[in-house]
Amino acid sequence: MTGLALLLVYAGLFAAAALVVKLIRRRTGQRKDFTSLKTVTFGDESAIRPDRAASVISILVVFVLWGAFTGSRLVPFHVPGPFIGETGFAYQARGADGRPTSGRVRVFAGIDAPADAAGDAVVASVPRGRDRLIPLPGGAQASAIDGTAIAPGGRVRVDHGTVSMTAKGTLGFAADEGLQMEPIWLPSPEAVAGRFVEIARTGYQNFSLWEHLGASLMRVLAGFALGSLVGIPLGYAMGLSGWFRGWFDPIVEFMRPVPPLALIPLVIIWFGIWETGKIVLLFLAALWVMTIAARAGVSGVNITKVHAAYSLGTSKWQLLRHVILPNSLPEIFTGARVAMGVCWGTVVAAELVAAQKGAGMMIIAASKFQLTDIVLMGIILIGIIGYAIDVLMRLAERKLVPWKGRG
Amino acid sequence: MSGLTLTNISMRFDLANGAHVQALQDVSLDLRPGQLMSVLGPSGCGKSTLLNIVAGFLAPTAGRVALNGHAVTGPDAERGVVFQQGALFEWMNVRDNVSFGPRMAGQREAQFGPRVDHLIEVVGLQDFREKATYELSGGMQQRVALARCLANDPDVILMDEPLGALDALTREKMQAMILDLWKETGKTIILITHSVEEALLLGERLIVMAPRPGRIYKEYHLPFADQGVGQDLRQIKKRPDFAARREEILSMIWNMEEEIMGRQGDAA
Repeated sequence: MTGLALLLVYAGLFAAAALVVKLIRRRTGQRKDFTSLKTVTFGDESAIRPDRAASVISILVVFVLWGAFTGSRLVPFHVPGPFIGETGFAYQARGADGRPTSGRVRVFAGIDAPADAAGDAVVASVPRGRDRLIPLPGGAQASAIDGTAIAPGGRVRVDHGTVSMTAKGTLGFAADEGLQMEPIWLPSPEAVAGRFVEIARTGYQNFSLWEHLGASLMRVLAGFALGSLVGIPLGYAMGLSGWFRGWFDPIVEFMRPVPPLALIPLVIIWFGIWETGKIVLLFLAALWVMTIAARAGVSGVNITKVHAAYSLGTSKWQLLRHVILPNSLPEIFTGARVAMGVCWGTVVAAELVAAQKGAGMMIIAASKFQLTDIVLMGIILIGIIGYAIDVLMRLAERKLVPWKGRG
Repeated sequence: MSGLTLTNISMRFDLANGAHVQALQDVSLDLRPGQLMSVLGPSGCGKSTLLNIVAGFLAPTAGRVALNGHAVTGPDAERGVVFQQGALFEWMNVRDNVSFGPRMAGQREAQFGPRVDHLIEVVGLQDFREKATYELSGGMQQRVALARCLANDPDVILMDEPLGALDALTREKMQAMILDLWKETGKTIILITHSVEEALLLGERLIVMAPRPGRIYKEYHLPFADQGVGQDLRQIKKRPDFAARREEILSMIWNMEEEIMGRQGDAA
């Protein structure tokens, strides 16, 4: 129910935001050119540029929906939450001796019943998000609720909730759930932020937050560095020598499509569950990507450049150092970006299996205690760090190989 | 013996399907030092193959290439090459491209610096010294390639359609520049081109090649290159003797193309 409502609201907001932005732009009279007539189907992919306004609104919408569906204090409006307060219903029943009786039940949903509530009515406290059985006095069996007949197994809608009857004839009450999520499914944004502040201060499971994240990052960097250290020279050798290429091609082409996660069991059997195993796994994740990138970088050199260099009097070593090496750098950078992404994804998964610290360990440990806020915090941090890595790699690329794609 | 000598050069390519292509058959040539020879011919006549053999990128199946008395056995700094495009090193700026040859030969900045800067000025790129090559226009890139070749001070310059990728206006300016550089430096130049006008304007000697098998079909000695140095090339193009030559060669190549098409038609 909640999921469907969420989807509908999301689709509605998507369309509404598009409409509003379009109207605003028409009002402010932004210039329209023929670019708007081009689409991907007409062969000009670059004609579709991301609309930055849409990106900003998209992020806002995620947070607003998140807040609205979790009863966040940061969002002024919410979807209906579970009923909290007093309600009640009238019943007609037949006592154990067969005589008809009737009365009222006062239900306190999500709040404590006041001490003086009893009186002549039946009093029931129903905790939030649960239902409760309500035995009638003297073992009576109800026959009608608020004037509607009820039989074992049946249910009747009353104010703010549903009265049901078990197979043996006992009444039960469940308050209306509303559309909001319980914190155990989805905590509110401020709960996640609060958890972040708390863990950043006091740490989690014997290690500070920074030690957890740092451990993951160090593993990624170590695995990536080792993978590059072996992969790049191997790729160069494969690009330069037919024997190397023939020898290693079957291995590389076989290992490339094997997802690193599929290697986890074997790596654990061979290298154990501690650091060595993780770094070996990440090494393998980076190795093939870097090998293939370096190989492509070398084989991709324009033969004209090689001829030109030779005609300018270079030796083989000079050609390697001054032409083939720089010419392969853009490919290697592309490979490095892919490899870093793969490594980051793999390290989190590897830590889910066994680790004492790490971003993946944090969320798997928290999930075992149903600490959904920590799980969510961990996922957000993993996403942010992964994104930051890619942005940094792209910056480095622009700085170090500005000629990429412009030869 | 000085100059470039080609003796009975033949080149046969074996195709994957077992067939052969005779790209060159018994081509012999003598080029005296300082001569500018342009090479014309329909596509497939082996003119690029000939240049690649002289440059040392290809070994001929038969025959011998010699420069100044010694045999050519591979690419070397004594034979500079200017390609159509894509031969610049885009990870270096203009000056580093031009000084590439001297630097690889182990020369120091003090040795090559003045000459490199002079050449950059000769090709009119003094304001673009520190620019990356991919920031330059196609014409400027070819001027860098020319300067880079000259900086190495080769005995022979081989040009493989150096102006083929340029627009008509830039092309005209570059033709004048090549003529001036040729006169100034006195280099031996082989220029391969598709353009009959270009071949006539720049070549004091012109060979027309014919295909299947690739061979020298006709040879001309022309006055236009000498007269064109420092002159307006467009005036030369208007002269009747130039126009007559142009028409003669054009129809010669036209007939060769027709013949190829006809032969293919018979086979089909």
